[in-house]
Amino acid sequence: MTAYLLQGVRPLGGEPTDVLVGDGTILVIGATAAGTAEATEAERLDVSGLVLLPGLVDLHTHLREPGREDAETIASGSRAAALGGFTCVHAMANTLPVADTAGVVEQVWQLGRDAGYVDVRPVGAVTAGLGGERLAELGAMAQSHAAVRVFSDDGKCVADPVVMRRALEYAKAFDAVIAQHAQEPRLTTTAQMHEGQVSAELGLAGWPAVAEEAIVARDVLLAEHVGSRLHVLHLSTAGSVEIVRWAKTRGIDVTAEVTPHHLYLTDERVRSYDPVFKVNPPLRTAADVEAVRAGLADGTIDTVGTDHAPHPREDKDCEWAAAAFGMTGLETALSVVQAAMVDTGAMTWADVARVMSATPARIGRVGDQGRPLAVGEPANLTVVDPDARRVVVPADQATASVNTPFAGMELPGRVVATFLHGRPTVMDGRLVEPAT
Amino acid sequence: MKHLLSASDLSRDEAVLILDTAAAMAATQERAIKKLPTLRGRTVVNLFFEDSTRTRISFETAAKRLSADVINFSARGSSVSKGESLKDTALTLQAMGADAVVIRHQASGAPHVLAQSGWTRGAVLNAGDGTHQHPTQALLDAYTLRHHLVGLRAATDPVGRDLAGLDVVIVGDILHSRVARSNVELLHTLGATVTLVAPPTLVPVGVEPWPCAVSYDFDEVLDAGPDAVMMLRIQRERMVDGGFFPSPWEYTRNYGLDARRLARLPDHTIVLHPGPMNRGLEISADAADSPRAVIVEQVANGVAVRMAALYLLLTGADHMQGETE
Repeated sequence: MTAYLLQGVRPLGGEPTDVLVGDGTILVIGATAAGTAEATEAERLDVSGLVLLPGLVDLHTHLREPGREDAETIASGSRAAALGGFTCVHAMANTLPVADTAGVVEQVWQLGRDAGYVDVRPVGAVTAGLGGERLAELGAMAQSHAAVRVFSDDGKCVADPVVMRRALEYAKAFDAVIAQHAQEPRLTTTAQMHEGQVSAELGLAGWPAVAEEAIVARDVLLAEHVGSRLHVLHLSTAGSVEIVRWAKTRGIDVTAEVTPHHLYLTDERVRSYDPVFKVNPPLRTAADVEAVRAGLADGTIDTVGTDHAPHPREDKDCEWAAAAFGMTGLETALSVVQAAMVDTGAMTWADVARVMSATPARIGRVGDQGRPLAVGEPANLTVVDPDARRVVVPADQATASVNTPFAGMELPGRVVATFLHGRPTVMDGRLVEPAT
Repeated sequence: MKHLLSASDLSRDEAVLILDTAAAMAATQERAIKKLPTLRGRTVVNLFFEDSTRTRISFETAAKRLSADVINFSARGSSVSKGESLKDTALTLQAMGADAVVIRHQASGAPHVLAQSGWTRGAVLNAGDGTHQHPTQALLDAYTLRHHLVGLRAATDPVGRDLAGLDVVIVGDILHSRVARSNVELLHTLGATVTLVAPPTLVPVGVEPWPCAVSYDFDEVLDAGPDAVMMLRIQRERMVDGGFFPSPWEYTRNYGLDARRLARLPDHTIVLHPGPMNRGLEISADAADSPRAVIVEQVANGVAVRMAALYLLLTGADHMQGETE
């Protein structure tokens, strides 16, 4: 057994202490850690002043495998996740073939285990082939080795209200959640960017806020009616925040997610016509950014999900209308959240642990992730240096794609170490190859 | 100024310089021998991803009258239709030594991508991109307005003058119109007052900051006695299938320019249309063929304005004021 003694680290940004990790768990927290028998054998890490978080959990990652290995593989995406401080990612179902059968979700789950950098939890499709018409075999996926607990047609909206109602009802049998990509399709058939003053000037077809809000409103009412839990993916508008806030006061079992890019970037970026800023839902206005930040701070929004969406270079190296929607995010998420929420004083590191680890793990029913920093808990841990600053260089990232909207920007914070079940996947900010 | 991508790129003085240069170019076109040696040995590529015979011929004529070599490149495919990508097309043209690329593209912003990508070293001239901009159309409209309403009306030479004090009405499909977007910006820069008229479904959400007024009532705007009325083309198929208005007949009743509406206008008011016209939809034959209509003149002025733009971009970047590149 290899043990690790984290010396002088600050759990959740609190007082410095020592943390001894071994045998996949947290063995000791406190000044006595260095004096224990295990500590004499342990590798000692001087991480004094750095922040210790539970390993980050992403409910919203596109790993592209199977099918689009030109954009990302489960191995490359897993490495990017570990470098970003994640110990668990949920792989979205819009692969080729679609993850709508037990066979595909078990393949994804197994490839994640083979890669060994993070726990890869497959998300199952809600409808067969993401077609929006009939339910996929949710039961088969839930009962497979992959034990799917999150179902989503992400990338597409489950637009048919009857299909959505049935999905919400049916998922209760497995304690699963339906994660909705809220986008009214008829209102967004040609949509290219947020509909507002910038789209009017740029002559790009608009993606109106109401197309998101109409579905969020419908879905919270459906969830209330059938008594199911609903997770709203990448909520992006001030109006959606208001609707979710209202739903929670009514006691509706809804959770909501915001992405790092919707916390940080606005539609003004589109003026460059650089497709790296093309994403779905689109970058919104400064007022929307303010609203989602406030919603995340006050608990209306429960989680930050990356919506890490890698695309091959040729899908962004073109005119705006021809470009693919999506941005990478695993390796910048924590820095962006620090910049938008922590450094602004809106949230503490304990809040970050809640929205990027504990709550997403609870929503995804991942029992051994997102746990408190306490003795006996699984050692899924992230050590971050909040005082570091770095310039984002796409080519230096571990993701197989370069479509980061933060290229060239200086961001705060750097992941120094990541531990997955007690084993380091990242040390000194560099990947540690898993033992085979 | 290295490129001409948007009407908003132009300061008042730059725009007036282009109009003045166009006037000089137009004067040469009165001669029996119309060709000038100015751009001999330079290569202008007309890169048209979207069919537009009129605009292509206008640019081609302009370049040839300046003695440039002209290559017409009709890219049928685009990366949208999985043909050759904009990037590969641009790299090919660069390899052929294009000094200027005149680009027409169905995607808004494609000229910006071309200008900023480094795929071509030549000047990029936007000949219409999606529903975004069409700066030379706005320049030829401004030229036509200035010629009639500043020059002929006061019997003076309009060189050096802008459009201060003129009231211009633009009517039709504002939402999808690059002509409207370019004209609103350029005419405002030149001091004119612009009023947009359209059914509310054809006005973009987010129009509020535009430097113009917006009205849904054509007759009320006409009664204010504008100096010029610019009618935009209505694409019949897009409009009816898109449900933007109930029927072509209802559109014509409320927003078409016909003899009845023409008669309400002051004597000096001129009528413009960027073409091609849908006679009987946005403009009646009476209006299109009336003495007020300067529509055929717009075509001729298009050549002069495009000669001026090519000349200034390819030879006289340092003549332009407010240079930023």
